[in-house]
Amino acid sequence: MAEYLIKNGFVYDPVLGIKGDKVDVAVKDGKMVETSALSKPAEIDASGMTIMAGAVDIHAHVAGPKVCAGRNFRPEDKLFRATPMAGIKRMEGGFSVPTTLRTGYDYARMGFGFVMEAAMPPLYARHVHEEIRDTPIIDEAALPVFGNNWFVLEYLKNHEIENTAAYIAWLMRMTRGFGVKNVNPGGTEAWGWGLNCPTVNDPVPYFDITPAQIIRGLIEANEYLGLPHCMHVHSNSLGEPGNFTVTLDTLKQAEGIKARNEFGREQVLHHTHLQFHSYGGESYASKSFESKSKEVIDYVNSQDNITIDLGVVTLDETTTMTADGPFEHHLTELNHLKWVNTDVELETAAGVVPYIYSPKTFIAGAQWAIGLELGLYAKDPMRTFITTDHPNAGPFIRYPRVYKWLMSKAAREDMLDNVLKYGNTVRDRCYIGEIDREITLFELAQMTRAGPAKALGLEAMFGSLKPGMEGDVAVYPYNPETSEDPEDIERAFSNAQYLIKGGEVVVKEGQVVSNGNKRTFWVDCKVNENPQVERDIAEKFKRYYSVNQANYEVYAHHYVPNPYVIEVDATQ
Amino acid sequence: MAKMVTDVICPFCGTLCDDLEVSVSDDGTKILDVYNACAIGAEKFLHSQAKDRVTRPRMKQEDGSWKEVTYDEAIEYTAKMLADARKPLMYGWSSTNCEAQAVGTELGEMVGAVMDNTATVCHGSTLIAVQDVGVPSCTLGEILNRADRIVFWGCNPAHAHPRHMSRYSIFPRGFFTGKGAKGRKMVVVDPRVTDTAKTADIHMQVEQGRDFELLTALRVAFKGEWLPDFVGGIPKKTIYEVADVMKSGRFGIIFFGMGVTQSLSKNHNIDQAICVTRDLNEYTKFNIMPMRGHYNVTGSGEVWGWLHGFPYALDLSRGFARYNPGDTTSNDLLMRDEVDSVFVIGSDPGAHFPNSSVKKIWDLPCVCMDPHLTPTTAVCKLHVPVAFVGVETGGCAYRMDNVPIECRKVVDPPEGMPTDLEFLERVVARVKELKGA
Ligand code: SF4
Ligand SMILES: [Zn+2]
Repeated sequence: MAEYLIKNGFVYDPVLGIKGDKVDVAVKDGKMVETSALSKPAEIDASGMTIMAGAVDIHAHVAGPKVCAGRNFRPEDKLFRATPMAGIKRMEGGFSVPTTLRTGYDYARMGFGFVMEAAMPPLYARHVHEEIRDTPIIDEAALPVFGNNWFVLEYLKNHEIENTAAYIAWLMRMTRGFGVKNVNPGGTEAWGWGLNCPTVNDPVPYFDITPAQIIRGLIEANEYLGLPHCMHVHSNSLGEPGNFTVTLDTLKQAEGIKARNEFGREQVLHHTHLQFHSYGGESYASKSFESKSKEVIDYVNSQDNITIDLGVVTLDETTTMTADGPFEHHLTELNHLKWVNTDVELETAAGVVPYIYSPKTFIAGAQWAIGLELGLYAKDPMRTFITTDHPNAGPFIRYPRVYKWLMSKAAREDMLDNVLKYGNTVRDRCYIGEIDREITLFELAQMTRAGPAKALGLEAMFGSLKPGMEGDVAVYPYNPETSEDPEDIERAFSNAQYLIKGGEVVVKEGQVVSNGNKRTFWVDCKVNENPQVERDIAEKFKRYYSVNQANYEVYAHHYVPNPYVIEVDATQ
Repeated sequence: MAKMVTDVICPFCGTLCDDLEVSVSDDGTKILDVYNACAIGAEKFLHSQAKDRVTRPRMKQEDGSWKEVTYDEAIEYTAKMLADARKPLMYGWSSTNCEAQAVGTELGEMVGAVMDNTATVCHGSTLIAVQDVGVPSCTLGEILNRADRIVFWGCNPAHAHPRHMSRYSIFPRGFFTGKGAKGRKMVVVDPRVTDTAKTADIHMQVEQGRDFELLTALRVAFKGEWLPDFVGGIPKKTIYEVADVMKSGRFGIIFFGMGVTQSLSKNHNIDQAICVTRDLNEYTKFNIMPMRGHYNVTGSGEVWGWLHGFPYALDLSRGFARYNPGDTTSNDLLMRDEVDSVFVIGSDPGAHFPNSSVKKIWDLPCVCMDPHLTPTTAVCKLHVPVAFVGVETGGCAYRMDNVPIECRKVVDPPEGMPTDLEFLERVVARVKELKGA
């Protein structure tokens, strides 16, 4: 395989502690190496440019049934957005819900090497994997959802951690899943009857367990197994004014629990798109609604076993989609736009509704501010990751715009003064105007590379240019010594000059030149035999599933043609 | 002694039953019997065993006779036809697996084809309605476990989806539905007294083509507002009663079929039916689901959805994906003489398209890839028999509720016969060569 030597660029690598020094970067046989290991490398001149490891996205909805529902029911999302095929590059389409082809190409152009699909309904795992397979270049994995699963509800009602863990291990193998996702715990099961669980103390109808029990139980089961990633939660009452108390109650479930794993992960709970969960007030009106980002992030700062991602609102027309079924129903009642819902037997649900975050409304401006405040108030960039909960708060192609806002107070002031119609009200009801902090390139590398890689248990592969890591290198046309205009940040990080992925050049001079060699990551966790769980599984399939147990497992061949399996032994 | 293959998926209708058992001769070549399937499903398996099955490609000669050709020749003809075409139509896709659909789509990109599936004459109007108003739905297991209100509108599962009612919708006992059929109220809306209608608690025998009116009347009735004495031939008392039945359930569903998708008002009927469902969610939990016909028509819409963002009528001829039903739909293209060759994959436009469209296909270069002899194979220039998906090869198929299920291979295909995936892959390779030249 090829050898590359990337010279003269400004390198940012939190793991190696490099803060913009000019260091040569070497890639050989798909991996990062010492420059001395190269014999006849192709040289890439990165003069005046910024070099980082390939980026890692910890949370995006990019593959699977709800994403595809979003595409198919929104032809308008593709209007004037098509890009024709060119060379090896296939046709691209879509904006907020891009096609799988565009998804792979856009992430590559932005310098990403790994993306986590954030919610996989187990019964639809094949669909998720077919889309992942057809997403070029980037490595991906998917998190099956557990927080409303009948097995989990029944086991955790009696705090049966071992049984829960055995079931999780089994389901991850069946679905080729990566970790434990937990969306609106209990609330989505309640939605089966058109109901919800707004707080962590509302019992789930019939199952008689509280969201708090589900959250804590899933954390414990996750650590019992020692999975690479921690329990990944989207808490109850997403998007509701006043929900920050529910968020704090959720985060407190992790108190006293220590990470137990062999992957270098130090936290036990990841709270996703925290922006949607940091609201005060009683309604969306500007008189009442207010930011509680400070209150929430203060708690996160005070604990060391929690990671978060932001979910920044990008002020676009987008397509919301979540396993939080009751939330999407609530949203369609608010905005009266079209609504897709799918309840999934014994497991979960999902909803999809288009949404316009108009800068002309107070509420969208406040949401924009809250997401950024969380990123700016966070003390530890290694525990704070940049997302837009794609496509919920905005499409992932806006990440570079979010970087700009985080990295430039001037860019934020410009938004408040010139773009948001109610900028002054937003200053008034939120903290954004009081914050001077500007995220540095080194911190950006922590928030988009080293941090998420560590939280996913993948620090040995991604997030750094250290010899031995995957050969994922992004070169951005951004000169940290001379660039002054914040727009440069957005422009440069939107389109890398080069992306080397797995040791192969896939973006060259800003153009996609290869479809890469994408892999699907999943976690194969061995547990002790558990006859009770086996019996329960057989029984539920026989009586309540609409498919036979023998037809549930996602086999490799055409669903996961290029797997990367992480093995975990939880038999001790 | 025979081998028994269990948990077999039935590749016939959108019910996609996955509990069939098939006994196979010891040498693995013959299907002896099929258990658990309905009559039409069993027939599909046994049909693959027919003695007179065509096992080699056949090319139509000048004089109208057929000449056997090799698969290599068939690949060459197909690749040339597509590579030379300005705007080929690649139609069908409902009776093949998602792997073939995905490779076929790549082929479509390379040759600038218009891709269309059988939804174009079936649930295309449903797909348009979903683009208008969305669709609140669920998996079939949710019906099994929760539903106490079942409405069949313009569909006749007793004949078209024979095991639907016993597996999912009416008879089974699920987690919250321990009383089975006794705990469910069943409403059928159909101008005909079908076998499904005969088993209903309430049959609304709507006048032909008056579904839209009746659906809007239900929305009025939910709110308890005034109705005329009759709507679509149904007395208002019955409409209020049905509205009440729907509202008073804990979990309900409307299943609908071609009776509403292809009757007067088409997609507007479905708009209304979905709005009825939306309205009901203010009172209780309600869902709606199309009764998709072919076993994997749903899958082709999903594959095109993830690759190009549109579920049917997918026009790739300009180098990027376009979608405009009425413009990029098969029959419209054929009638307007806009396509210059036709590749039919696993479907039968010869039987389902209007005569005038079929005549156009007859006049054009046309390849038909299908295990069966069909009216389409009779009008094409080249018939390529391939292995039966779900019988002689596996692959992914999407049930009517979009749940993907992996089909099983039960027996080997006849010696030397490729699967449609293999055939398409070889055509792709050949087109690449031709285009590269
Ligand atoms: S109902 Fe449909 S899928 Fe089931 S056995 Fe009959 S034809 Fe096959
Ligand atoms: Zn999310």
